[in-house]
Amino acid sequence: MVDVLFFASIREQLGTDKIALDLADQTMSVNEVKQHLIKTYGQEWEGALFAANIINAVNQKVVDGDYAVSNGDELAFFPPVTGG
Amino acid sequence: MSDAFSVSIQAEDFDVNAELRKLGQHSLQTGAVVNFVGLVRDSNDGKTISAMELEHYPGMTESTIEEIIEQASQRWTLSGVRVIHRVGPLLPGDQIVLVAVASKHRGEAFSACEFVMDFLKTKAPFWKKERTSKGEHWVDARDSDDSAVSRWK
Repeated sequence: MVDVLFFASIREQLGTDKIALDLADQTMSVNEVKQHLIKTYGQEWEGALFAANIINAVNQKVVDGDYAVSNGDELAFFPPVTGG
Repeated sequence: MSDAFSVSIQAEDFDVNAELRKLGQHSLQTGAVVNFVGLVRDSNDGKTISAMELEHYPGMTESTIEEIIEQASQRWTLSGVRVIHRVGPLLPGDQIVLVAVASKHRGEAFSACEFVMDFLKTKAPFWKKERTSKGEHWVDARDSDDSAVSRWK
């Protein structure tokens, strides 16, 4: 399974903080995972997932939309950070 | 990462004096200890803030800050770095974050302290939510933080 995590305003917009996604033995790019989530959960998810400033992280490192994801990975989507 | 270089993410408040004392004592070659403390203000963009909530990405906050500390250690010769960042509910006046740096001489400590804070502000996965009389809203990232980071290139 891929653990897909959502934080902050993205979590609130989508109404969930975590989804488990089974890719079996496939590999998908981050963008393909987003498309898959939109198909599965509804067109309303597109605005949040394809927002210009969304940040993607795989296994806790920031990556771009082409990065490959497979079962066992942790994928997170979050807005620009505001700590400190 | 050795003892002298560490990050803690916690809900509890921290004691700046105790942390500085501990940091300075890792090496008798330390001649300088510089620190920054971030506090919750009671107003932002013209709105009065009654409370703040700090959300974070457990695991990634620690590893991101450790990487920043590592970069600072490669850039300057340091004898220690201590970062503490609080999470959860906070009130105006509360301490949010401590960045403390120890080195032989003050130049490195001042620069490294600012470097760590600038990168923490733009890379560490925390998100602030403010409560005001108008309701709750997520704080927007600032362009000035991105500019601050670019001067270290």
